[in-house]
Amino acid sequence: MRNIWTICRKELKSYFASPIAYLLLAMFATIFGFFFWNAVGYFVNVSMQSTMFGRSFPMDVNEMIIRPLLMNTSVVGLFLIPLISMRLFAEEKRQGTIELLMTSPVRDLEIILGKWLAALILYACLLAISLADLGFLFAYGKPDWRPMLVGYAGLLLQAGGLLAIGTFISTTTRNQIIAGAVTFGACLMLWVFEWVAGYETATWATVMGYMSVVRHFEPFSKGVIDSKDAVYFLSLIFFGLFLTSRSLESLRWRA
Amino acid sequence: MIKVENLTKRYDRNVAVNDISFEVGKGQIVGFLGPNGAGKTTTMRILTCFMPPTAGTAKVAGYDVLEQPLEVKRRIGYLPEAPPLYPEMEVREYLTFVGRLKGIANADLPRRVKEVSERCAISDVSKKLISKLSKGYRQRVGLAQAILHNPDVLILDEPTAGLDPKQIHETRQLIRSLAGEHTIILSTHILPEVEQTCDHVIIISRGRIVAQDTVENLTSRLRGQEAVLVEVAGADAESIRGALSAVAGVARITLRDSRNGLHSFEVESSPGQNVRAALARKVVESGWSLHELRSIAMSLEEVFLELTASEKAEGGKQ
Repeated sequence: MRNIWTICRKELKSYFASPIAYLLLAMFATIFGFFFWNAVGYFVNVSMQSTMFGRSFPMDVNEMIIRPLLMNTSVVGLFLIPLISMRLFAEEKRQGTIELLMTSPVRDLEIILGKWLAALILYACLLAISLADLGFLFAYGKPDWRPMLVGYAGLLLQAGGLLAIGTFISTTTRNQIIAGAVTFGACLMLWVFEWVAGYETATWATVMGYMSVVRHFEPFSKGVIDSKDAVYFLSLIFFGLFLTSRSLESLRWRA
Repeated sequence: MIKVENLTKRYDRNVAVNDISFEVGKGQIVGFLGPNGAGKTTTMRILTCFMPPTAGTAKVAGYDVLEQPLEVKRRIGYLPEAPPLYPEMEVREYLTFVGRLKGIANADLPRRVKEVSERCAISDVSKKLISKLSKGYRQRVGLAQAILHNPDVLILDEPTAGLDPKQIHETRQLIRSLAGEHTIILSTHILPEVEQTCDHVIIISRGRIVAQDTVENLTSRLRGQEAVLVEVAGADAESIRGALSAVAGVARITLRDSRNGLHSFEVESSPGQNVRAALARKVVESGWSLHELRSIAMSLEEVFLELTASEKAEGGKQ
């Protein structure tokens, strides 16, 4: 446990000692800020129309602002996650510090969990920025905080799964750019798999639909926790970390 | 302390280490000597549990590297060829991180980091970023990292590579001062380093051990069979060679150079025989003129070259 925390702290320190963490935070703040401004603008517009024409639409802040924002964040995450995970092992391999880690009395699993956890914490920091924007909704309205909480839990689960895949990909190369690009490709594929399920009904299309990250995230954005979605993300995490540990093991044999 | 038996490491079809066996006793400093690509780093990486062997066993302090790697790792300090440093960290911060990784208790950590920093003469840079350090300092931080948890065994892969002469001297002093409390294996392809710092030498070439002995034994074994350089004029090379090889105690004679009627020979004597007087007498008696006669001591360098020369690698001296 102490070893996991040692690695995790060192990893967080590396993120925040280099520009990467600040760059990601700034990028996310800008993008999310735009989405927020856009969503609120639309909401205000619709409510104006609603009063002008005397028709009363059901105006729900959760449904009209928070849910689309969470969906957007989920997609933005697909782009940012490769940037977070790409350096995890690739950098250690390039610097040769992997030799220090692998000859220290710590288990491979502790190294992996420490690094993955650090990446997840950085992602959680990104999400924390979005709370600042959403705070305004609570200041001027009365949205329900419970579905929002579920949505954030879903975002973290999704990031956990994709970061685990990214961590695995990072062990396969010493080049951060390659690790990032491949992870990006993998994230993108996991996103667009769903499209097939839209028109094709064969078994393989259904399976591809099941593998889609977005489809499993959607219920979370509505505030619905379905065990099937939670299990999907948890198994993605497990699968990614399992592959990582296999890959480290084979690194020892090939080295 | 270290026991290696029939260790083999294969990469695909490449054999990096081929069936080597050796033992290192407690408190010894052993030099691992060999040309680049001889298998030194591979052997060290196996001993530090960085990679598993293809065949054979390696034990450190009684623990097998395959079966109890965590126990082995606890007892080993390792400085790889390129010091494993994080450029974005400060020196003290780095050492603290390594200390935690090595399992030093939080309470002892600051004291231990301070002690080791003083010992390795890096206290003055403890608040500096590693990326700003010079090569010599980096090497010393690497060494500090290796001895931080006071390991029984220290494994140093080319600890002086790339340093300037003064730094090399300081590093060697430091390594010598660590002997006694630690068992040390260091690899190098620089011979004086072994002569100056090590008790034992293991010469390795193309994945095999070609010689393994104390430094004194290895040099004196070959100094015993002394080589003499003789320069003679007054006859053709063949007849001089014939006459000289008849002298008692001469083992081998080779023509080195022949210029303007002056022939120089390298004469190797059998161990324990001094043939210089007899050679001089022979030359004078034959009526030739003796221009030079001096002994060439075989340095470890020549021993090394002889042992690792490819055509002799198979026979070996062991």
